[in-house]
Amino acid sequence: MSLPLGLSVERIHAMYQRMLLMRAFDEHAGLARRENRLRGSVHEYTGQEAIAAGVCAMLRPADYISSYHRGHGHCIAKGADPAAMMLEIYGKAGGVCGGKGGSMHVADFSLSILGANGVVADGVTIAVGAAQAVRLLGEERIVVAFFGDGALNRGPMLEALNWAKVYDLPILFVCEDNGYSDHTRTASVTAGPGIVARAEAFGIPADSIDGNDLLAVACAAALLVGEVRTGKGPRFLHATTCRWRGHLALDRGLYRDPEEVAGYAAQDPIARIAGWLLDNGVAQATLDGDAAAAAGRIADAVALAEAAPCPDEAQLFTDVQDAGASSWA
Amino acid sequence: MGVITYAQAARLALQQEMQRDPRVWALGEDIGPEGGVAGQYLDLQREFGRHRIVDTPISESTIMGSAIGAAICGTRPVVELRYADFGLCAADEIVNQAAKARYMLGGQVRVPVVIRQPIGFREGMAAQHSQSTEAWWVHIPGLVVVAPATPADNHALLKAAIRSDDPVIYMEHKELWTTTGEVDAQAAPAPLGRAAIRREGGDLTLVTWSGMLGDSLAAAEAAQSKGVSVEVIDLRTLWPWDRDTVFDSVARTGRLLVVHQAVKVGGFGAEITAEVAEHLFGALRCAPRRLGAPRTPVPYAQPLEALCRVAPTQIVSSALAMLAET
Repeated sequence: MSLPLGLSVERIHAMYQRMLLMRAFDEHAGLARRENRLRGSVHEYTGQEAIAAGVCAMLRPADYISSYHRGHGHCIAKGADPAAMMLEIYGKAGGVCGGKGGSMHVADFSLSILGANGVVADGVTIAVGAAQAVRLLGEERIVVAFFGDGALNRGPMLEALNWAKVYDLPILFVCEDNGYSDHTRTASVTAGPGIVARAEAFGIPADSIDGNDLLAVACAAALLVGEVRTGKGPRFLHATTCRWRGHLALDRGLYRDPEEVAGYAAQDPIARIAGWLLDNGVAQATLDGDAAAAAGRIADAVALAEAAPCPDEAQLFTDVQDAGASSWA
Repeated sequence: MGVITYAQAARLALQQEMQRDPRVWALGEDIGPEGGVAGQYLDLQREFGRHRIVDTPISESTIMGSAIGAAICGTRPVVELRYADFGLCAADEIVNQAAKARYMLGGQVRVPVVIRQPIGFREGMAAQHSQSTEAWWVHIPGLVVVAPATPADNHALLKAAIRSDDPVIYMEHKELWTTTGEVDAQAAPAPLGRAAIRREGGDLTLVTWSGMLGDSLAAAEAAQSKGVSVEVIDLRTLWPWDRDTVFDSVARTGRLLVVHQAVKVGGFGAEITAEVAEHLFGALRCAPRRLGAPRTPVPYAQPLEALCRVAPTQIVSSALAMLAET
């Protein structure tokens, strides 16, 4: 079948495979956290995979992305090695950040991934700065900032939108709207006509789509990325989605109806695109093979991470700062 | 170069570094046509264009956040926050991002950013425009903290800060902008973390920095006339601070007096005093002393503001009292 915007069944299939990897990674991460095999905060991306997959499929290796606390999916979508990420969230030597960052700070600069971030909206201001550097250095790349709907109520987010438009920077803002700001329903704490209107108030063209529909994400992202890449200035993509798990892996869920959460499965972006792939000539056996491959790759990563050594104690003092490092460890 | 002001010295350093390295740029409020609050950016936008001398909205979080993003993506931004008081509007980005990015990302990235936050009193600027917050930043691992006291240092240390791959909190003093001094335009960057002995003396070690250097030197002169020889150390960099120079001096004099304009309670003088007490207790001939502002907001009324300032007479009397103890 013919698809618009250079899309093809093969490309969609590849995005689907990435989504399976994200799902397997975070379903394990959440479980491992609940079993206390991991420490700290783990924020699963489960249910939101189509957004990272569809957007990152439109990017070149040199394009920067910044992410937020729910960041594993974006890293995998941009090509990060799940094994190095698993080592990281297990706090082990060989982790992509040497085990010193953990779940909220996964990043791989060799892939232009500027990192997940533990402070809501801070990755967005960093992203506009990355775009400013791109401009200053005369580079070809663009920047994508991923963030959640909760970020729209932080001042720096609004500053960053203004900033991007004032300097006409090559950046795509991607709001993953799962309806929740941490443990609070976003609508209950948000004034005004909505997220798209906020972007448009700064003169930034915005598109709103069903973020559980990979095809919709991919098509919108292809258009918006193309506009940003051709120097038309910042663009904004609002993608509605469902956060299947808690804000954190350890989440009592007191703020939402379990029935609402149970209903999310009907919008499963993976099941939906699997159906489309079947309709478009991909065999069930192939899809089954994809799922097994993703599960196997994550199982291997887990085995590696669980067996790996912790960072040695000298790592405590490395990479703090150069000035004074020798005398003030 | 000859004799220029402290503000002109900073302007010269930035200009030279921008000429030397096209990756260096500056951003902040009012640094374009206005040339900064003290003229420290005057005409630089004309020379380097609005993409390298960037006038920004009043958006401190994004001034700082975008500088971090630009720093980790191959440029070397110089951030102007105008007053240290407004640096607090960007504290999250400084503390949670700039200071930690290299460490928490496992050394994948450096954050070569200079964060200019002028400190100190400036004739009636009152509670929200007069603070000396240097100790706050010293407390944060990952940051370098610099506080130049002379035009020559504001030139050589700013050069060093711009060339540093660590994030540098660069704290000029607002009342020093118009002070003048000899500046060698060809001076090399000053090493970060190295203090300067501004006056040699044998009876007492006075450690100070930034806006209190002048009064400390005047006080040392006055003390000399009363027979007390004061060694004045200008710390120049608060983190890392030059422990060797301070320790060597205190080991000789046996007396330590720290003078700063910041609030005394929890000020950086406490750290210096504690380090000396921990390491040189046996060499001390009397208890160390600190002079700083009282723990009040800075008042507007002139006589009240004056009470917050450490007076040269206080420095002299403290020095004499310490000598009298032993």
